[in-house]
Amino acid sequence: MSTPAGYRREAPGSHPPTAHPAYASTQKRSPAHEPIRIEHTLSEITGPGLGWEIVRAGDADITRCNGGVALGERIIVAGRVMDEDGRGVPHTLVEIWQANAAGRYAHPNDRHDAPLDPYFSGIARILTDGDGSYRLTTVKPGAYPWRNHYNAWRPQHIHFSLFGPSFATRLITQMYFPGDPLLTLDPIFNSVPDEAARLRLVAAFDMHVTVPEHALGYRFDIVLRGRGATPTGI
Amino acid sequence: MGAKQTPSQTVGPFFGPALIDEGLAILVRPATRGERVTIEGRVLDGDRAPVPDAMIEIWQANADGRYNHPEDTQEKLLDAHFHGFGRAATDNEGWYRFHTIKPGPVPGIGTTLQAPHINVAIFARGLLKRLATRIYFPDEPLNANDPVLNSISPQRRPTLIATAGPHSAEHTLRFDIVLQGENETVFFDI
Repeated sequence: MSTPAGYRREAPGSHPPTAHPAYASTQKRSPAHEPIRIEHTLSEITGPGLGWEIVRAGDADITRCNGGVALGERIIVAGRVMDEDGRGVPHTLVEIWQANAAGRYAHPNDRHDAPLDPYFSGIARILTDGDGSYRLTTVKPGAYPWRNHYNAWRPQHIHFSLFGPSFATRLITQMYFPGDPLLTLDPIFNSVPDEAARLRLVAAFDMHVTVPEHALGYRFDIVLRGRGATPTGI
Repeated sequence: MGAKQTPSQTVGPFFGPALIDEGLAILVRPATRGERVTIEGRVLDGDRAPVPDAMIEIWQANADGRYNHPEDTQEKLLDAHFHGFGRAATDNEGWYRFHTIKPGPVPGIGTTLQAPHINVAIFARGLLKRLATRIYFPDEPLNANDPVLNSISPQRRPTLIATAGPHSAEHTLRFDIVLQGENETVFFDI
């Protein structure tokens, strides 16, 4: 068989570099060598589909669990997972995690002095629909301090993990909220060199997603790598 | 046209409850075809300190060298008992471990053949985007003609080949992932 076409490479400035000294944890963890480019073979063009049944029904609303209702501002986050040609990525797994409304993760290593919420795990797994769309009902996560530098605070954010159709399209990212004053101070957000690319991490407040008498809505589309026209995918 | 890639961001330190399930590190079932192998190793930073909060994902072909994916249309058998995806977190000493099988060789670009290998993605706090590498197998004759291995300088090539240490348990291979510094693992731009 001939090798199917590869995936497009990243546009300059559209992803963070490995080393970003303002984000202290990169200093001892970022490789010194440049990564070696390889052409896409079957190994990169294939990738995990859904052989692993970890998606549970009802995960699209994580504001209710353990017989109670999560505290905080209920919000809806909706969007479409697509490729660079604007084609939806159907039936792909989206894994989501976030802090609670007080800015605390349900994680043993989170020592922030903010309350846990027994009715909020902050975890969701969603499959996109046939059009690539997804929808999550959650609470707005709180900002929280971290020890990267003096008086460092992470802006409110939600973590997203996506597979797409191949090993090459794997993406883990974070969604931010419009107008957050912490964004300009955050080394992780600002690790993306290109401003237009950076702003693609900020969800848009959207009255069409907003549900009357229920919850404000935000739109967050996610664009995975598209297919290259040539086998080298450049 | 016109949609632009969403930038990568770090997985951060708090992914565990959302992403990790111990069962995802066990790729084999009793009926899976192929030679069993346990692959274990440590993730180390530029000070040789263990990285206790990394996530390792693997993706591999089955024992016959076929990926369980619609774009692999080779006339080789699929294995209903092998999917090929694994995920594990490192422990407090930086160790990870997968129970899997040795994959068969898979086609490369053109008419080339790739030696048996496991594709690896590494995520962690401090990694703003995933790192990609490959695990190759020791004492594998096909390594000599593998196009990817041959594109790496001989000095750095050993970082891509798992080792069977003198004290290793049977069917256990060691593959450390050194993020930075001496013997830094070769990472790929894929």
